[in-house]
Amino acid sequence: MTAVSRADFLRRFRRDRLAMFGLAVLILFALMAILAPVLVDDDALSAVASLDNPTWASPSGDFLLGTDHLGRSVAAQFVYGSRVSLFVGLMATIFTIAIGSIVGVVAGFAGKWVDAALMRLTDWFLVIPFLPLAIVLAAVLGRGIWNIIFVISITSWPSTARLVRAQVLTVKERLYVDRARALGASQLHVVRRHVLPNVAPLILASATLAVPISILTETTLAFLGLGDPTQASWGKTLEEAFQAGAISRGAWWYYLPAGLGIVAVVLAFTLFGRALEEILDPRLRER
Amino acid sequence: MSPDAQGPPTTDTLVSVRGAHVRFGAGRGAGTGAVRAVDGVDLEVARGEVLALVGESGCGKTTLIRSMIGLEPLAEGSIAVDGLEVTRNARELRALRRRAQMIFQDPTGALNPRHTIFEAVAEGLRIHRVDGDETELVTAALASAGLRPPERYLRRFPHELSGGQRQRVLIAAAMALDPVVLLADEPVASLDASIRGEILALMRSYVDTHGVSIIAVTHDLGLAWNIADRVAVMYLGRIVELGPTEEVLADPQHPYTRALLSVVPETRGLEQQILQGETPDPSRMPAGCRFHPRCPVVASGEAARLGIEARCRGEDPVLTQRSAGHTAACHL
Amino acid sequence: MSILELRDLSVTYRTEGGDVPAVRGVNLTIEAGDTVGLAGESGCGKSTIAGAVLRLLPAGTRVDGQVLLDGEDVYQMNPGRLRAVRWTSAAIVFQGALHSLNPVHRVGAQIAEAIRVHGSVDGRAAATRVGELLEQVGIPASRASRYPHQLSGGQRQRVLIALALACEPKLLIADEPTTALDVMVQAQVLDLLASLQRDHGLAMLFITHDLSVLTHACRRLAVMYAGRIVETGLGVDVFRDPQHPYSRALAGAFPTIGDPSSRLRPSGLAGDPPDPSALPTGCPFHPRCTVAVDACRTTDVQLRPVGSASSEASAACVHVEPR
Repeated sequence: MTAVSRADFLRRFRRDRLAMFGLAVLILFALMAILAPVLVDDDALSAVASLDNPTWASPSGDFLLGTDHLGRSVAAQFVYGSRVSLFVGLMATIFTIAIGSIVGVVAGFAGKWVDAALMRLTDWFLVIPFLPLAIVLAAVLGRGIWNIIFVISITSWPSTARLVRAQVLTVKERLYVDRARALGASQLHVVRRHVLPNVAPLILASATLAVPISILTETTLAFLGLGDPTQASWGKTLEEAFQAGAISRGAWWYYLPAGLGIVAVVLAFTLFGRALEEILDPRLRER
Repeated sequence: MSPDAQGPPTTDTLVSVRGAHVRFGAGRGAGTGAVRAVDGVDLEVARGEVLALVGESGCGKTTLIRSMIGLEPLAEGSIAVDGLEVTRNARELRALRRRAQMIFQDPTGALNPRHTIFEAVAEGLRIHRVDGDETELVTAALASAGLRPPERYLRRFPHELSGGQRQRVLIAAAMALDPVVLLADEPVASLDASIRGEILALMRSYVDTHGVSIIAVTHDLGLAWNIADRVAVMYLGRIVELGPTEEVLADPQHPYTRALLSVVPETRGLEQQILQGETPDPSRMPAGCRFHPRCPVVASGEAARLGIEARCRGEDPVLTQRSAGHTAACHL
Repeated sequence: MSILELRDLSVTYRTEGGDVPAVRGVNLTIEAGDTVGLAGESGCGKSTIAGAVLRLLPAGTRVDGQVLLDGEDVYQMNPGRLRAVRWTSAAIVFQGALHSLNPVHRVGAQIAEAIRVHGSVDGRAAATRVGELLEQVGIPASRASRYPHQLSGGQRQRVLIALALACEPKLLIADEPTTALDVMVQAQVLDLLASLQRDHGLAMLFITHDLSVLTHACRRLAVMYAGRIVETGLGVDVFRDPQHPYSRALAGAFPTIGDPSSRLRPSGLAGDPPDPSALPTGCPFHPRCTVAVDACRTTDVQLRPVGSASSEASAACVHVEPR
């Protein structure tokens, strides 16, 4: 494997139009999430503050995306919903990657019984059916945004752990690791100087692919009524629209934005992550 | 082992190997199944001496030098380098791994592709917390290894260098720690024949300027002729012939050494003795002399004529003196 | 007629960084049953020539000049004819025997496949032929049912040779066939190649950086530097009495054991092979040459006959007196 220099990386990435498109979409959504308080007044989310608004209004100049069954602005829900979706997606990914990487590095590097024990644990988590566990945990722990993050993290770290472990095992066999040992390097030195830098790109790529999965999971849980009742998220919008009968009423403006938002963010992350993976993972690059 | 098996009596022994055994797999016992990679080696290397360790792959020569810095644990016996015993204690091993430096066969693999040349050379200095200005030490080491001007190499990556330059970088990195011995594992085998000489000359030059010793593992007898003061020929985990280079290569005593020498293209008019069969398997050690199944002396019936065939098949020969400082393990 | 004739062969690789001339005008002839060695450092273009002969170079590579295989221009052949010629007229043995064999097929099946692709042979006849071929390269016929990983490095290299011989080619191109092998196994394989050449009148193009091996295995030698042949001649002459300073350095890299002049005096060539995309002016060897004069920086001397009229030697150096 040869190192990917920064310039080389940027050049390859820029050539990938789909990845550039994904990145642009992500930047757009990120800006929207960050600037949400500036873009819309959060009063618009409150049913009480929306009492004077017409209900089930179709999109118009006053309400760009119409109103829901309580007269709340759908546009405001869409903008604020992006915050929760992206936040949950990112946080869950951070925990997933953190647990997965630590387990993967320790297992791969320590070897022997440590490896065996950790891999059994990983296998165990890997075969747990995800949705039932998520439902049970959400039900037991209560409905809250951090609980959702916890549920997603605890169920999705094993695949990262296996990926990282596999990479650590190959790096460990490299001659330059042997040389570092012969130079008198400690285990810690080898991990810090040789193993981590080689594993990091893979972790990064796998992280960008974990985000959309986390977002979809959050949507699923929210749609099943297990989301945080106090926060507007795209999944919750979909659930409420469904409960209020928006589909039979033909009020497409209520459910379509959230649905398309999810599709757009997931697709954008996937395109971006796929490109990162192709550039950074030598096994894919050779093809 | 007979007392005269230890090479020439030297006043200044740097590396001393006594009854070393290294085993792999199968419970590491002395019984069957275990790979007896190093199977009873006694060896002394003097300060400032260059020793070539010669043999086919699988003869244990690489394992032997790796065990000298504890990279392969000894099952039996002891090794000391510059008065330091090879132990399992991390602190003592680290001290040892500064005084003995390894040079690898494949310089491309031995350099981390993500690290610059500066980082590659500085790595050892940092591990051993060597005093002094890091940049100065690195540039001096690069310059002494023939990479001039050294500043031009500091920020480059291994893939921007030729194979010969990469090996120079590794030699520079090793010499930066001011070792007493270089353990070189086939140091030029992966390089173009044309540039091997320069690398060998560089290594040899450190013997004169720094008084360093070199133990060079190789399958190339020409390399031994080029740089080594003494040659040790290994077969299936044991040294079967040991002596001054001129003597061993001009007057080989062991049939295995003779066969090795005969297949070097363009030696002198030695009749080719191509040993048949594969390189020997150290997990299945033959009884008697470990070389007898491939030995041309046994195969030609000469051993039977001399009345030693039974001993070849049943008795493990020890190193015996053939001339001053020249020993061989053969019933012949 | 010659088995192989390269007429002013040039090969240029097209890369993102621009064109890289790997071979720059090579003339080489191999007669039936002759053995020719091609020596040089990595990157000198010697392996490119092997690929050029059977049109195995990457798509888009520019090839100029002619490659005549048995009198027929390889680059004028239609795809069907090319397939027929590969293996039946000329076959290649590459280095790295592990990668050239398919790990999931038995070695016998792989040889049989080559036989059946190139001739209407039924299964039983092919199996018999596989057995013969394996015996010919010194492997018991029973090993045909083994997988590549069950064989040792030396045996795999023998299987590759058997594979190359499957369609009884007239020319065998061996690209570093012994480089990855142990000394004794290398000697065995060289011995095998020599006996095949002797018994079957096989012509061989033997490519390696190891001049001492070539001298041993080949009647004629060509030394390449920077995409060009800089010296040719009888193997013994080139090794014992090299004319070109580059050949001299290559030959000097292999000490004669027992020769006091090389004792404790390793000799090699300073510097590195030139970058084919940025060749020095004049004679491309001049920056590394110990006997370079001013003229070398500007004039690129062509290969010219040297020595007595009976010798087959030529060299490309200002210091050699043309005949």
